[in-house]
Amino acid sequence: MLRKVTLFAVALALVAGPALASGKVREPHPVAFSFEGPFGRFDQAQLQRGYKVYREVCASCHSMNLVAFRNLGDKGGPFFDPKYPNPNDNPVVKALAADSQIRDIDGETGDAIQRPGIPADNFPAPFPNDPASRASNGGVLPPDLSMMAKAREGGPEYIASLLTGFVTPPAGLTVGPGQHYNPWFPGDVSSAWSGDHAHVPEGGFIAMAPPLAPDKVEFDDGTKSTVRQQAQDVAAFLMWTAEPKMEERKQMGFSVLIFLVLFSGLLYASYRRVWRNESH
Amino acid sequence: MSGHSTYEPKTGFERWLDVRLPIVRLGYDSFVDYPTPRNLNYWWTFGGILSLCLGVQIISGIVLAMHYTPSAGAAFASVEHIMRDVNYGWLLRYMHANGASMFFIAVYIHMLRGVYYGSYKAPREVLWILGCVIYLLMMATAFMGYVLPWGQMSFWGATVITNLFSALPVVGQAITTWLWGGFAVDSATLNRFFSLHYLLPFMIAGVVVLHVWALHVVGQNNPTGIDPKSKADTLPFTPYATVKDGFAMSLFLILFAVFIFFMPNAMGHPDNYIPANPMVTPPHIVPEWYFLPFYAILRAIPDKLMGVLAMFGAIACIFALPWLDTSKVKSMRYRPQAKLYFFIFLVACVVLGFCGARLPDDQVIPGLKTLSVMDSDLNSFVWLSRISTAYYFGYFLLVMPLLGLFEKPLPTPETISSPVLGGDKKD
Ligand code: HEC
Ligand code: HEM
Repeated sequence: MLRKVTLFAVALALVAGPALASGKVREPHPVAFSFEGPFGRFDQAQLQRGYKVYREVCASCHSMNLVAFRNLGDKGGPFFDPKYPNPNDNPVVKALAADSQIRDIDGETGDAIQRPGIPADNFPAPFPNDPASRASNGGVLPPDLSMMAKAREGGPEYIASLLTGFVTPPAGLTVGPGQHYNPWFPGDVSSAWSGDHAHVPEGGFIAMAPPLAPDKVEFDDGTKSTVRQQAQDVAAFLMWTAEPKMEERKQMGFSVLIFLVLFSGLLYASYRRVWRNESH
Repeated sequence: MSGHSTYEPKTGFERWLDVRLPIVRLGYDSFVDYPTPRNLNYWWTFGGILSLCLGVQIISGIVLAMHYTPSAGAAFASVEHIMRDVNYGWLLRYMHANGASMFFIAVYIHMLRGVYYGSYKAPREVLWILGCVIYLLMMATAFMGYVLPWGQMSFWGATVITNLFSALPVVGQAITTWLWGGFAVDSATLNRFFSLHYLLPFMIAGVVVLHVWALHVVGQNNPTGIDPKSKADTLPFTPYATVKDGFAMSLFLILFAVFIFFMPNAMGHPDNYIPANPMVTPPHIVPEWYFLPFYAILRAIPDKLMGVLAMFGAIACIFALPWLDTSKVKSMRYRPQAKLYFFIFLVACVVLGFCGARLPDDQVIPGLKTLSVMDSDLNSFVWLSRISTAYYFGYFLLVMPLLGLFEKPLPTPETISSPVLGGDKKD
């Protein structure tokens, strides 16, 4: 009986699912990312394209404070090269770091200076502080992107859908200045809707203008630069920045599981042996 | 079961130590020779699993604390530093965060086992209460631990829960300010939560010692609820229970490992990866899953103070269980009606959990509009939680006392070994 009860409770828990929806928002498009599932790994070429999209487009508004140039050359990262186990020696990483100007203080004079980056530097933020960032973005702060793929329901699929989801607003929806309608962005547009109140459009207004356009970024590997491609590549890159140890984690997971399954088998055999003459 | 000790020191050193500090004797009597009922099933392996969980939390927590910074300005970044730059820091943190959930899975099974088999009944009342104290300390520890990464849910969860105390008349506001160490949840709050989060697990360990001591005085209950009558009813703890517990622990670790390595954020909330921001309230503040049933009870009651009292009352009921249940028969194996009510209780708890995760006014059946009673439509999660809350309290305060007086239990066996050796393998 207890067994049936438990099975029922577990089944109920699985069926009902932890749905946490509040306003109406469109479900993200499913994307078959290479890193999904227990065997999934990052696609290095995709991470490199994604980095390029981030660097050339997103980085002009969004910071990425938690990631350093050296991370690009870490195992599992976009520019990892087995020849350079220490990413600080990786010439690609060094060149990418040197491309950026870093705000610093001159050690002799104390003056504020700009110097070329080194692998140990974190990605520089586009604005010196939050008020400056707000001032340049119509009063809305573009959030830091380091953790974005883990900080939103739907993760990378949400990001890809959001970036490709700037559709023409339906007739009857008034979009305010500096606002953009996006059915994938969580929000509530009912106060701007003059149509039937039982059918308020999904989604919300986002203060980010559509950042991507066809051929806006030229991919070095010759991949056709569609908006969809750019969106999926940058979403994959953001998954990597949010979870850089994913490949290491899954790999270790398999060793641990194999060990535990064998160990459990051994313990079960011992259990059967110890109890073989005892009824219970 | 605290019978005569059969320990015989074998080496000269053991003999020397035994007359000065009989610690090896204590260990031998408690974990080797200790007689366990021979018919224990796998629901009895969760005690060992819980000790394992406590060990995992303490060890991973101590190493995390070596790299963690408890200040409002630095906490979030220090946890991310652990995840990115500390060697195997991601492993430590995922172990610790998922370990808390695994701990609660185990403790809920352990407690429901106790309810089903009547393990709280005389002479095990003190044992049961000590268990309830551990559970209370675990909730306090996990709540304060969840504040430490200082994400949005950390901050707003702490704000909501500490604000509950302000519902108390007269002293409420003063207590809240005292808890915060200031006039809002801020660095002072975070720092004291860290201090207490470090302290409480060791208090838990202390109460665990008392819990095991009480257990070894009265002996383990078993699926029949009949006390062992002779040697034929028991087996020595080692090797019989050790190997079975070990096997169950290993299976539990497999589940634990699946979470750590393949779905480490499944039991967390994405908002906790957004740094705490006192200026932005998340659209939907939810606690960790293991608190959801109590959160639903809190929100089921329209009045804040009454809601808080109901929430604490829900926990108080568990403490009072030994005196609420009037049945002479311990195990529900012989109480068919009690089984039915227990089953409904389990469903009510799961339903409360779901209600806790939803907005109170969301519809249970989408699109259906019914009568509005007490400001809410009957087809809403708040009404579902009201019904479940009523059952939760009804189960403890009505079913438990009355059923024992009126039900007709099945005949119980004379001894443990009679059904066991007779090959009756139910449950
Ligand atoms: C012109 C400046 C600008 C550029 C370029 C830009 N963004 Fe944004 N982004 C913003 C602003 C402003 C917001 C805040 C919008 C809001 O909260 O309404 C934002 C918000 C976001 C969000 C958060 C949405 C949410 O759920 O809160 C994501 C994800 C995002 N941007 C991704 C990107 C990516 C990826 C790129 C590069 C392809 C990019 N952005 C380029 C300004 C920009
Ligand atoms: C009863 C045992 C314990 C429980 C249930 C528990 C629970 C938790 C929880 C739920 C978190 C938040 C995890 C997250 O989401 O990131 C946490 C964080 C933390 N705990 Fe514990 N904990 C326990 C014991 C300990 C001990 C003994 C220490 C050692 C000092 C400790 C140190 C920490 C630290 C430093 C953090 C912050 C780092 C992080 O968030 O990962 N914990 N704990």
